[in-house]
Amino acid sequence: MDKLSLKEIKELEEKAKNIRKSILIALCNAGSGHTGGSLGMTDIFTYLFFKGLKNDPQNPKWEERDRLVLSNGHICPVYYATLGERGYFSKENFENNLRKFNSPFQGHPHRKFLDILETSSGPLGEGLSQAVGIALALKIDKNNYNKKVYCLVGDGELDEGQNWEALMTANKYKLDNLIIIVDRNKVQLSGKTEEIMPLDSLYFKLESFNLNVINIDGHNFEQIHNAIEEAKNIEGKASVIIAHTIIAKGVKEWEGDYHWHGKAPNKDELELALKEI
Amino acid sequence: MLNPNLKLNTKIFNIDVEKKSERDGFGDGLVLVGSKNENVIALTADLKDSVKMSEFANRFPERFFDVGIAEQNLVSIASGMTAEGKIPFIASYSIFCPGRSWEQIRTNICYNNRPVKIIGSHAGISTGPDGGSHQSLEDIALTRILPNMTVIVPCDAIETKKATIACTKIETPTYIRISRNETPKITTEETPFEIGKAQIVYAPEQGIAQVGIIASGPILYRALLTVKELEKNGIKVKIMNLSTIKPLDEKAIIDLAKETKRIVTCEDHQINGGVGSSVSECLSKNYPTIIEMIGIEDKFGQTGTPEELEKYYKIDKESIIEKVEKILRK
Repeated sequence: MDKLSLKEIKELEEKAKNIRKSILIALCNAGSGHTGGSLGMTDIFTYLFFKGLKNDPQNPKWEERDRLVLSNGHICPVYYATLGERGYFSKENFENNLRKFNSPFQGHPHRKFLDILETSSGPLGEGLSQAVGIALALKIDKNNYNKKVYCLVGDGELDEGQNWEALMTANKYKLDNLIIIVDRNKVQLSGKTEEIMPLDSLYFKLESFNLNVINIDGHNFEQIHNAIEEAKNIEGKASVIIAHTIIAKGVKEWEGDYHWHGKAPNKDELELALKEI
Repeated sequence: MLNPNLKLNTKIFNIDVEKKSERDGFGDGLVLVGSKNENVIALTADLKDSVKMSEFANRFPERFFDVGIAEQNLVSIASGMTAEGKIPFIASYSIFCPGRSWEQIRTNICYNNRPVKIIGSHAGISTGPDGGSHQSLEDIALTRILPNMTVIVPCDAIETKKATIACTKIETPTYIRISRNETPKITTEETPFEIGKAQIVYAPEQGIAQVGIIASGPILYRALLTVKELEKNGIKVKIMNLSTIKPLDEKAIIDLAKETKRIVTCEDHQINGGVGSSVSECLSKNYPTIIEMIGIEDKFGQTGTPEELEKYYKIDKESIIEKVEKILRK
């Protein structure tokens, strides 16, 4: 397995900084939206679009691309900002138009307005089944065998029973082309996951579904890389990467605070945050 | 007389009229489209035999998926498959799909505008002895309010087969509502079928009809059975098979209302939000007309034979006759 070089890590860190800034500017302009999860998943998104995922901004619907389903659609600012940084569209367009009327950058992702998305999402707990559907469809056609399906889910949304239906299906059909990444920041809208509906031991729950489960620090590019490489090469099993992340990562004063789940920074907060990043 | 242009089953009024279940009609149609189009996929939630997917599963095992008793998962998986160009048919009991999985249908299928074909079987009170929990009386209302959705309620097995074939050719979400039991063959293989087209299946031999009866689903047969008695009493009716609820054939409905001035709608579904509502929405906007509605009147069902239930809930032949006579007194 190839290791990430120090140079690559540096470059990814630089990209992640730009993406975090773009997220914050867009959310401040929008006046509402989900800051915490977006900042928390920035390193994973950066890795995926700049290293792990087969994708081509010049040809967004490239047949050979890997597929990505964002189940917890509310963290779409990080998705849009990463696509902007990668060159799918101009960053300024995103920063000025997030959550604006008739914008490609809807409050929750909608294919009708941004057709490079694999699917629309928002209502929690439904992305994983859709990713299973994509993975199954790719398996039917032999020449699609090498394409991977990435599905990003929040830990809070695992409260929804449909996820576990999807995981059973992933096991039944041995979907080794499916790589699930759980944003394990341990907070959800109104508090800590372990108080609202305890999830732990998440690792053993998932392992008991006969999935290949990997725990990582979701802000460590080397660990992200190694886990994705392992998941890409596993046979006969879907993989779940439990990415331990910190909500609102990058702005010390906000880190770990669930109040940042669903609010946008005001101008003063933006200034502080941009300085820190 | 039966509309000769439609080449309907001429033995429809015979006591030994041939019967076949709509679910068998779906099974036939599914195998046909599956053999012609490799993108056709079939998925179910532990109801392979009951929703007649067995033949498809035997012939195309690599394109058949059983996701277990998990209708929400069923819907979302099908939506995912369409992202790769597949045309998934998902079949369950209509009480669970669209019933259990409505929000997934809304967001993953309709909001995404994905060509998933939803087959809701065991619809209506005619499901019988299984009881009220399993008699879906709300599914037309649940599906017709969804943008992008086409809603079809075939009248018999042959029309169900044709609807199955026809919906494969449209690139939008479709709901086909079918019933459990064997019901009379009203149409034949030669009867034309087009999504969105209502058909006048019966008209008086002479003169103008005084009442227009609009029926959706197998209840059309009972509507047809009323004509003998009605004509004996000097009442002339025209009967429409309204097999597509959405998009609604507004022109055909308005034309019928203009001719008869009185409309009776018939459905095995809640009147609220169903066929009666669809027709009256259309007419009150375009040509206000006196309407009577045959359907379930804001109640749940219960155990019984279909005949017992149809009588008790007033959706049997006699109830249709009563409504026709009642509307003529208005």
